[in-house]
Amino acid sequence: MTRKQRRLALIGTALAVLGLAAALVLNALKDSIVFFNSPTEVVEKPTKPGTRIRIGGLVKPGTVVHAQAPDTLTVHFDVTDGNKDVPVAYTGALPDLFREGQGVVAEGTLQSDGQFKADVILAKHDERYMPKEVVDALKKQGRWQESGAAGAAPATQGALGAAPSKQQLR
Amino acid sequence: MIPELGHFALVLSLGLALIQASVPVWGARRRDPALMAVAGPTAIGQFALTAAAFLALVWSHVVSDFSLATVFENSHSAKPLIYKISGVWGNHEGSMLLWVLILTLFGALVAAFSSNLPATLRAHTLAAQAWIAATFDLFIVLTSNPFVRLPQAPFEGRDLNPVLQDPGLAVHPPLLYLGYVGFSITFSFAAAALIEGRVDAAWARWVRPWALTAWMCLTLGIAMGSYWAYYTLGWGGWWFWDPVENASLMPWLAGTALLHSAVVLEKRDALKIWTILLAILTFSLSLLGTFLVRSGVLTSVHTFANDPMRGIFILGILVLFIGGAFGLFAWRAPVLRQGGLFAPISREGALVLNNLFLVTACATVFVGTLYPLALEALTGQKISVGAPFFRATFVPLVVPLLLAMSFGPLLPWKRGDLYAVAQRLIGSMAIAVIGIAASFAVDGRGPVLAPFGLGLALFVMAGAIADLIERTGLFRSAFTTAVRRAGGLPRSAWGTMVAHFGVGLAVLGIVGETQWGAERITAMKPGQTIAIRHYNLTFEGVSPRQGPNYHELVGKFTVRRNGEVIGEVEPSRRVYPVRGTTTTQAALMTRGASQLYVSLGDPGAGGETVVRFYHKPLVLLIWFGPVLMMLGGALSLSDRRLRVGAPKPARSRAAVQPAE
Repeated sequence: MTRKQRRLALIGTALAVLGLAAALVLNALKDSIVFFNSPTEVVEKPTKPGTRIRIGGLVKPGTVVHAQAPDTLTVHFDVTDGNKDVPVAYTGALPDLFREGQGVVAEGTLQSDGQFKADVILAKHDERYMPKEVVDALKKQGRWQESGAAGAAPATQGALGAAPSKQQLR
Repeated sequence: MIPELGHFALVLSLGLALIQASVPVWGARRRDPALMAVAGPTAIGQFALTAAAFLALVWSHVVSDFSLATVFENSHSAKPLIYKISGVWGNHEGSMLLWVLILTLFGALVAAFSSNLPATLRAHTLAAQAWIAATFDLFIVLTSNPFVRLPQAPFEGRDLNPVLQDPGLAVHPPLLYLGYVGFSITFSFAAAALIEGRVDAAWARWVRPWALTAWMCLTLGIAMGSYWAYYTLGWGGWWFWDPVENASLMPWLAGTALLHSAVVLEKRDALKIWTILLAILTFSLSLLGTFLVRSGVLTSVHTFANDPMRGIFILGILVLFIGGAFGLFAWRAPVLRQGGLFAPISREGALVLNNLFLVTACATVFVGTLYPLALEALTGQKISVGAPFFRATFVPLVVPLLLAMSFGPLLPWKRGDLYAVAQRLIGSMAIAVIGIAASFAVDGRGPVLAPFGLGLALFVMAGAIADLIERTGLFRSAFTTAVRRAGGLPRSAWGTMVAHFGVGLAVLGIVGETQWGAERITAMKPGQTIAIRHYNLTFEGVSPRQGPNYHELVGKFTVRRNGEVIGEVEPSRRVYPVRGTTTTQAALMTRGASQLYVSLGDPGAGGETVVRFYHKPLVLLIWFGPVLMMLGGALSLSDRRLRVGAPKPARSRAAVQPAE
């Protein structure tokens, strides 16, 4: 092989691998990303049933209902951003810090009856922490106060640990 | 008084860093040995001063000096001593100080062990290192000073986030930082090489021990973080594709590529520009990781504080170093002379392929991590890119890499014969095929991909052993000859074998855990029994217990197999009253390399408790593999040829003296 052919072989392989990677990435971006919506957005322009989305807001106080036996693992509650509420059904174990009036992010699909069927629930992991998406969703509705009862703004804190994405429970 | 001394030492260290960043460079321009020699003592002095500052902070945490804001925010007098110490780096300010401590440690090590380096290369390397140290010192002093006093000292602190109160977390960040920040040395070496316009085999020989050391620490650090997440977060996941995990995976991938391309540079004097680029890229990804974690653009367990000033400052550092290094690269790289030639099918070719796949895999992780941030900044759309994305992109790129991994070490340098190598790997292929067939026979209705994953893992492990057999001539010559040859093999060859075997082992663990694992979530009353795989677990009830700074509810389960009691597990839920936080303490029962994993959920209505059970076959191999990889790195590091202070043959010494 001449030097030129060698270089061509090298560049060809590199381009092939990069092309493969680009194809994989584009394909995956089409299929496996999940959009985040606030309850208002879900109610006003619902996504197609079956599309995976995330919704975030506060667990509306007084709406958490545990299903009766034998299906004791199912929980119903409303997620609110202060403007609109979305009813959520979830089967499984809830995160440690899932509480009424606290921030929550649910991932799942919207049913045709307007109910949100969640299979992943992310809750905050620290008293002083609120998922960023929830803060933004609440701010959009004007419901966010920097030092409100819903959770102090993270900026004032020294050390927070919280991993919504590490808190997912299946 | 002690904190003020610490603060003062930190500022002095900044001053020394500025001297070290400028005087040696000037000395190198004027060819003045005295000025260049300034770099050594200043590097060691910087480390001593930063260590003093760090110890002052540790002291303040140990004695619970709540007049310091960081101690007040992150400590509590009732906390056990180990967590008082680990709490030092369990927050933004302290962890940045640890970052700089390790940065200066590596600078001091280079200063101490580089007497055989050409004077200008040493001066430039240490100066580059000092630039990094100076900017981060400045960052700490201006935006994240850990020694800030509160106007009035409170009586009690606010405690460390309970999730972080864990022995694994006491060791994980320092190890990870040793890896992350260790790559600063290869970065500085690359910058120095670019300034000098000279890269040769000797350069690779000096850089490789540092790259190896950093890589070993990073490997172990990532594995340890993964194990921590596995047993503390309560649902048995060990890798989450969390942006912060990706931030440590990216430098690891680039660093692994760097290790392999440095071999080519050292042995064959080829891939010069590429190796330099990788050295820059690896540390740039470390810096990017620091930015992602520290700036607050991401929210995760690792993101401590969100002060926009800090984010902008780190972004500035990022732009300065990455931009500066790539600018230097664009300007100087054409000066570098092209090195040795090789055919596409050769050891070099295999290592190029390895680099190609590692870097591409790293790029997909990069896209998956940063795309959501970019999209939100540009369009305001919020998306999450999770495990499905990475499974669809990262995994298909790693599979060919693993397949090629067994071929590489068997190929000769310069020009090889793929067919001949394939013949030597027939045994490994046979083992893989038998493994696939056997696993189909045993578990034909299981997941389809599992047997192939198993086959791949077996092929990688058998391939590593085939390399050893080939090198020692086992089965071809007398056994004693083979043993003698094995003893005579260079340690770096053993290192390659052990590390590659470790990769196979980790793959086996991943296949076992993801494909054959079982899980059950159920609400249980005391006395009830649940079956998972061939185990029966009986719930005996819950009882309260008191810890030093928490109280917990402990569940008790009796584990039976075939009717016989084989043990008890006690998962618990802890409540830390100071922060009002609940954590889940999973109970693990290890059986060989597999584990039973039990964790408690909410106490539900009617006396029932939600319990999660997992059976995780071969799960321990996921972490045992990286430990072997680390040991392989250590073996390679102990190779005489690579020993940092080893005398060089006269020929190479003559070759690297700067032309004057």
